[in-house]
Amino acid sequence: MSSPEEILDPELKLYEARKNVFPKAVNGTFRRLKWAIMAITLAIYYVTPWIRWDRGPYAPDQAVLVDLANRRFYMFGIEIWPHEFYYVAGMLVMAGIGLFLVTSAVGRAWCGYSCPQTVWTDLFQHVERAIDGDRNAQFKLQDAPWGPKKIGKRLAKWSVWLFIAFWTGGAWIMYFADAPTLVVDFWTGQAAFVAYATVGVLTLTTFVFGGFMREQVCIYMCPWPRIQTAMMDEKSLTVTYKDWRGEPRGSVKKAETQPGSFGDCIDCNQCVAVCPTGIDIREGPQIGCITCALCIDACDKVMDQVGRPRGLIDYATLEDAELEKAGKPHNPIMKTLLRPRTILYSSIWGAIGLAMLFAVGNRTRIDISANHDRNPVYVQLADGHVRNSYTVNLRNMENRPREMIIGMSAIEGGVMWSNAGSRKAAGQKLVTTVAPDSIARLRLYVAAPGAGPVREEFALTVTAADDAEAKDVDEVFFERPETGE
Amino acid sequence: MSENKRVDQPTGTETVGHEWDGIEELDTPMPRWWLWTLYATIIWGIGYVILYPAIPMLNSASEGLLGWTSRGEYEQAVSARETELEPIRQALVSTDIRKLHGSPELMQQAVEGGRSAFKVHCVQCHGSGAAGSTGYPNLNDDDWLWGGDLEAIEYTLIHGIRNPDHDETRFSQMPAFGRDGILQATEIQDLVSHVRVLAGREKQSAAATRGAALFEANCAVCHAADGTGDRTQGAPNLTDAISLYGLDRASLTDTITNSRYGVMPRWGQRLDAATIRMLAAYVHSLGGGEKLPALQKVADTLNEGDGDEQS
Repeated sequence: MSSPEEILDPELKLYEARKNVFPKAVNGTFRRLKWAIMAITLAIYYVTPWIRWDRGPYAPDQAVLVDLANRRFYMFGIEIWPHEFYYVAGMLVMAGIGLFLVTSAVGRAWCGYSCPQTVWTDLFQHVERAIDGDRNAQFKLQDAPWGPKKIGKRLAKWSVWLFIAFWTGGAWIMYFADAPTLVVDFWTGQAAFVAYATVGVLTLTTFVFGGFMREQVCIYMCPWPRIQTAMMDEKSLTVTYKDWRGEPRGSVKKAETQPGSFGDCIDCNQCVAVCPTGIDIREGPQIGCITCALCIDACDKVMDQVGRPRGLIDYATLEDAELEKAGKPHNPIMKTLLRPRTILYSSIWGAIGLAMLFAVGNRTRIDISANHDRNPVYVQLADGHVRNSYTVNLRNMENRPREMIIGMSAIEGGVMWSNAGSRKAAGQKLVTTVAPDSIARLRLYVAAPGAGPVREEFALTVTAADDAEAKDVDEVFFERPETGE
Repeated sequence: MSENKRVDQPTGTETVGHEWDGIEELDTPMPRWWLWTLYATIIWGIGYVILYPAIPMLNSASEGLLGWTSRGEYEQAVSARETELEPIRQALVSTDIRKLHGSPELMQQAVEGGRSAFKVHCVQCHGSGAAGSTGYPNLNDDDWLWGGDLEAIEYTLIHGIRNPDHDETRFSQMPAFGRDGILQATEIQDLVSHVRVLAGREKQSAAATRGAALFEANCAVCHAADGTGDRTQGAPNLTDAISLYGLDRASLTDTITNSRYGVMPRWGQRLDAATIRMLAAYVHSLGGGEKLPALQKVADTLNEGDGDEQS
């Protein structure tokens, strides 16, 4: 990162331009792993909205759909209503704990392989290499004066970037509406303004973040690297330059002339050349390292060429590094991965997951919520009875119309009727049909003789006419005036 | 402390010179793009100051080129909403109020419109929950002075109660039996006893029997011989559990001695027809609304059938 001269006499600057990073193409185990993960994550992202899932005539047939307009969230066989948002909160908690688990076990694997910022930057860099050429050609083109060739290449690169960025935003909106319909609406100008605005914003951010901001997003903008620094310990895997083996650095030629006075590092700078964030891993663990392991691929290839053992740069825990330095064997890999901390994270993660699965499996898809109207709290009727009114919401969370029976636990002489009926036809139960996947709101009146306790607790129940098991209860109260006069 | 500045060896960056328990801070240069975002906000800020009200002057702020005001935005939003609601108001006015129950959606819209109009025009006397208070009727209950079907409520709203300058207003006047010397104080007490017996608040007594004769002579013409009142002249039913001015002896004595004269404005001269219809629908929806007399007959026959099924 910095040469010795800079260290002795640093240039005082308030602001610093971004140092260009033109990572060199590399091949190897981790590069292939990155290809595979990129293919899988992008495939999931682009394909998911197009998967169909039959839910019958009253619900959308898109497998994953965040229906903001109708406030429903569909994920395959699960449908979540707004009041069940805690499932989404639970999933976010699981995602968080999952990141803790991954970080404490294998370090910044999320950053290096599956973070969208990493995946899209990687994609953009491949485009860049395909158009501008590899690292050296890119340096040359950067320094070259603006001419037809440079303008042409820049326009070509930016166009492809914009194209990818546009499809990134374009795929995102598919999660929020019926995908096939939305595609047609989008191109015929029929889609909602927010769809175009979302695509516009995501196109712009993808273009800027993937094309120009790149590693600066990780270093300056993302909080996760800072949190991870606190989460990692001496048993977390990280990309390690084995300085005890590599130092002092010297070329192959120097090592031949002075055998024994140089380490394995031949100072070829290949690890720096391939680094997508432009750091020198030989300076040790640092905030800029996203542990993508491309430097491992590059170094292994060089070590093979010069006939030295692989793994000068390797995944290692700090503890293993100390052991290796002392000439002792590494800890067994299972012992490193299975330790109280990772086991604790796994069990919390699993417990939340199981609890949520259990809760989802046991949900009743019928619900009553009754609110006692408090203005006025009670109404005295001409025949001396007292009337209370309640705003009742009946939720039918099944994708079919359902007949529901509202019942009330006993109040001495109490009867109820709804705004659709009348007191003359009042009784102890009410039958109403609720449309599929919707809420029916009704005003419920309960009348009872004026003599009785000032406040009487009772329960309103709802039962599905087609399934006596499907029911729900809400506790309410009945109020009377404090004195008869 | 700046003399403690030193160059940090691993990073080659100078420290800021502070030190807390051995922890030092690097004076890392800001990234240049960050500076651009600062400039961008400055440019945006200048544009904002020119386009929108921003600079405080003596009496008000500078107006801004766009002429935007929060009051203007509010008025725009209100008038946009009013334009949106115009078709509903038109439909309400052009529908016969006796047939309003035939279109539940329009009825619901009218109720919701009435709910907000009530909060502006009616809550001052009838209260925000329409529960009224002494002298101001509770609109939630099933006891009506002048009638509780949609048409009657609308008539009351349009023409008001006891507006002397208006011929069609709901009008009646109870004599001030004590003040005008029609009855003696003891006679009034006898009448009070009788009315309390009618209302079920007192047991039969000699005073009440004397009161019954007085009632027959002085009150039955309006309140009916059995005390059930007469809606055509707003004479309250004295036999039910609800009273506007109270059924205790003191209140009843005051009522009979000095009479009562409750007044409601005639909203026909203040509000448009659609708003009045909405208010009628809202008041009718509060729980005590009665069916139109013609509909009531049909409903009664139907309910008898229902009652058999349920029992």
